[in-house]
Amino acid sequence: MATRQTQGLARLMRAPAIILLFVWMIVPLCMTLYYSFLNYNMLNPGMTSWAGWFNYQYFYTDPAFLESIRNTLVLVLGVLFITVVGGTFIAMLIDKPIWGQGIVRILVISPFFVMPPVAALIWKNMIMHPSYGVLADVARFFGVQPVDWFAQYPLTSIILIVAWQWLPFATLILLTSLQSLDTEQMEAAEMDGAPAYSRFFYLVLPHMARAITVVILIQTIFLLGIYAEILVTTNGGPGTASTNLTFLIYRAARLNFDIGGAAAGGIIAVILANLVAIFLMRAVGRNLD
Amino acid sequence: MARAVTRNARIGWTIAAWAVALLIFFPILYTIITSLKSEQEAIAGFDLIPSFTLESYQTVQSQNNYWRPFMNSVILSVGSTLLALVVAIPAAWAMAFSPTKRTKDILMWMLSTKMMPAVAVLVPIYLIFLRTGLMDTRIGLTILLMLINLPIVVWMLYTYFREIPGEILEAARMDGASLRDEILYVLTPMAIPGIASTLLLNIILAWNEAFWTIQLTTTKAAPLSAFIASFSSPQGLFWAKLSAASVMAIAPILVLGWFSQKQLVRGLTFGAVK
Amino acid sequence: MNTTLRALLGATALCATAGIGAAQDNVTLTIATVNNGDMIRMQGLTGEFTAANPGITVEWVTLEENILRQNVTTDIANQGGQYDIMTIGTYEVPIWAKQNWLVPLEFDDAYAVDDLIPAVRDALSVDGKLYAAPFYAESAMVMYRTDLAQAAGVTIPESPTWTDIMTAAKAMTDKSAEQYGICLRGKPGWGENMAFLTAMSNSYGARWFDADWKPQFDSAEWKATLTDYLTMMNEYGPPGASSNGFNENLALFQQGRCGIWIDATVAASFVTDPKNSTVADKVGFAQFPNKDGVDNHGNWLWAWNLAIPTSSDAQNAAKTFIAWATSKGYTELVASKEGWRAAPPGTRTSLYENADYQKEAPFAAMTLTAINSANTQKASVQDIPYTGGQFVAIPEFQGIGTAVGQQFSAALAGQMSADDALAGAQSTTLREMTRAGYIK
Repeated sequence: MATRQTQGLARLMRAPAIILLFVWMIVPLCMTLYYSFLNYNMLNPGMTSWAGWFNYQYFYTDPAFLESIRNTLVLVLGVLFITVVGGTFIAMLIDKPIWGQGIVRILVISPFFVMPPVAALIWKNMIMHPSYGVLADVARFFGVQPVDWFAQYPLTSIILIVAWQWLPFATLILLTSLQSLDTEQMEAAEMDGAPAYSRFFYLVLPHMARAITVVILIQTIFLLGIYAEILVTTNGGPGTASTNLTFLIYRAARLNFDIGGAAAGGIIAVILANLVAIFLMRAVGRNLD
Repeated sequence: MARAVTRNARIGWTIAAWAVALLIFFPILYTIITSLKSEQEAIAGFDLIPSFTLESYQTVQSQNNYWRPFMNSVILSVGSTLLALVVAIPAAWAMAFSPTKRTKDILMWMLSTKMMPAVAVLVPIYLIFLRTGLMDTRIGLTILLMLINLPIVVWMLYTYFREIPGEILEAARMDGASLRDEILYVLTPMAIPGIASTLLLNIILAWNEAFWTIQLTTTKAAPLSAFIASFSSPQGLFWAKLSAASVMAIAPILVLGWFSQKQLVRGLTFGAVK
Repeated sequence: MNTTLRALLGATALCATAGIGAAQDNVTLTIATVNNGDMIRMQGLTGEFTAANPGITVEWVTLEENILRQNVTTDIANQGGQYDIMTIGTYEVPIWAKQNWLVPLEFDDAYAVDDLIPAVRDALSVDGKLYAAPFYAESAMVMYRTDLAQAAGVTIPESPTWTDIMTAAKAMTDKSAEQYGICLRGKPGWGENMAFLTAMSNSYGARWFDADWKPQFDSAEWKATLTDYLTMMNEYGPPGASSNGFNENLALFQQGRCGIWIDATVAASFVTDPKNSTVADKVGFAQFPNKDGVDNHGNWLWAWNLAIPTSSDAQNAAKTFIAWATSKGYTELVASKEGWRAAPPGTRTSLYENADYQKEAPFAAMTLTAINSANTQKASVQDIPYTGGQFVAIPEFQGIGTAVGQQFSAALAGQMSADDALAGAQSTTLREMTRAGYIK
């Protein structure tokens, strides 16, 4: 088969996906870019006018802007930390010869199937509620003052909820990786008298590097866009303690109906997200080849 | 050589694993339990044994017919996933078997289309839907959900296809197989597990999408995410009812996930395993 | 609704006009509403309406308050035409009416428009035209435990001052028995803690803006409001108050944990309902408090109303439905099915003159007093450039109110001082108001 012919066919096969995604990216992006230079409030459609760079200036001079970037990073890193460490731990546990492995696995992956707003509602009302939540009942059982999670530890609470949702995803990918580990090598190391922790750090962890990279990459993309959990639980507060960048844009778009401001925020978010992506590719990308 | 595991170690691991699993599953379990309580029981304090009343489910169903949003969820999630597969399989195939220098850049670019916060592009998309008559239609949302998940679908399939060894193709060609035979009898059977798990993962992602499905629907195309939005934070605390509605919204996908977890796991590597 | 046709024509106004002329057979009404008990009851009674109006089919879109508000606002601002009737609050009605987004409502004599309570009718009218019909309305009042007050040896007068409230709250508090003197809203949001705090500030003689739209959080009145609020909540309030909204306080009061609760008047029918409330027969009512020497009882007035967007293509059918759902007849229908307590309150004078209602609803008289005394045209004793009672009726208020609410909620959670919260509120509001062009 001629290579040129294969190449042509390959191009043809790639084209629909690329074109569709290109249109899906470029049309909203251009419109958003255009809106970001307009004074455009949805509630005052007659008053639309050219704004220049004002929306950008207004967005990044927002007192909550820097805190929102910090919160975004804390949220992403916090969830990544919990899911990668917890996921590794759970994956190793499930990989052991245990009774009822199938059911254990089903229970562990279940949170992944729960819609984000539902997950947030469950945690907010049933688990973390300061008067009626299970955690409050537990605290009272031990005679301790119940913790008011969303007021006292707003960002931590949200990290916990989101980590709960993503733990299954990390666990599954890490588990597949773990299962492909060469058992003979492990046994050889064990016979040589290598202790458990050094087997973990010198054999298991390097083998899982690739899987961990994948978990970080895919999750980061989803975690940068988290807002539903914040909206349902803390509404970004108290103050702006749990406002991330996406939620700041949400506030502009859905509370102030400030389309110009939200568009400028969106453009800023895309630029920052791409910076994160480039950094990620530099830092861990080589694991993917 | 099978490793001998002492009985005690096995008991220890089993207890630890079950403890962790139950802890993780607990919020869902407690929601199911609460949905079987009366409203008074629901806020009366911790109790794992409900009165097993179906009252809340009846109230929820009488307030808001479940079956229409349920059908919409099924149609939207399955439809958008199938559509995504139709577009993504050839693309991933080409990328895996005829890679170019830019293949990886293209993949990264595809993933980066997911980085624009949905709420920032709400008004443009809303206006496009309005002007083209796609508002509150299943077809409009199917296309939208397809586009949202397409990068993940391409990525998953690509990483899976790449693991199919090229030598098999060459062997088949030496035996005189045509391109058609090659695809039908050699590659497809090998690709099926990857496609199956991609399908499952994307049905889950589409089912759980709760921004566009609420913003761009009213009645005809509204799926279960909108159904839930009609029970969250009402006037008064109705946790049994909220739990029942939550269970109704997540049960179908939860059960699907449970039954298909083997298939789901098999292809869910994102290239993590070499 | 024919969206394809609209897309082809591109001109929504044309469609709307075409819709008015159309005959009333086989029309589908899409009604967006909030998931509160009274609306869910209305949804349940749809059959009664469609039986009387065979040509009309009704489709409900029931959503929680915030999502509902976002969806209908997006729809009406872009002339989306997805809904024929929208359930909106007293906040939206004047703003949207000024944009000509709502169809003015005129009813025939049978509807008895003069029966609507004047304060409510005023709040829904712009330049003398009614733009929305009230489905139920509420003001705010004091609800307190008569048994606890008696045991503590305090009395709460019919028209208490804040000093009275604080004295009583202190006397009724017994934290070791999980007995809290006062429960107030603390959850951030323009319709949550800011509804209460704005009303409270009105009764302290404060105002949001001066005549030049300059925010007034640096005033002595606001400082007194916030300081007293924090003192009451910290010393006599329940733990975790910064996440308590209407629902949480309702549950606390129903379980007998609160001595005093100051909130919307609709709460009265919940706390006196023996099915859900453990204190049903021990609740007393009083007017929203005022500060000594300030003649202002908060001016809280909220109504959920039905309105028709100009982009609807079934305006006649929509009007028929609204006339049905907000009529005297509907109230009687609900009463005949579920008793008078279930009747949607606060909209019609005749309901409060009804002997059966008075008998079943011990809170009727105080509710009427509260609603009648609410002045939404001038909520503060000082000069103000805005209307609205427990909110400011400008489009920017949702954003500003919520941002300020976050500051005050953080102060309640102990994360910042009252002075810092007020300073934060002042600078946020100043920034937004400058941006929106109110402050030159």
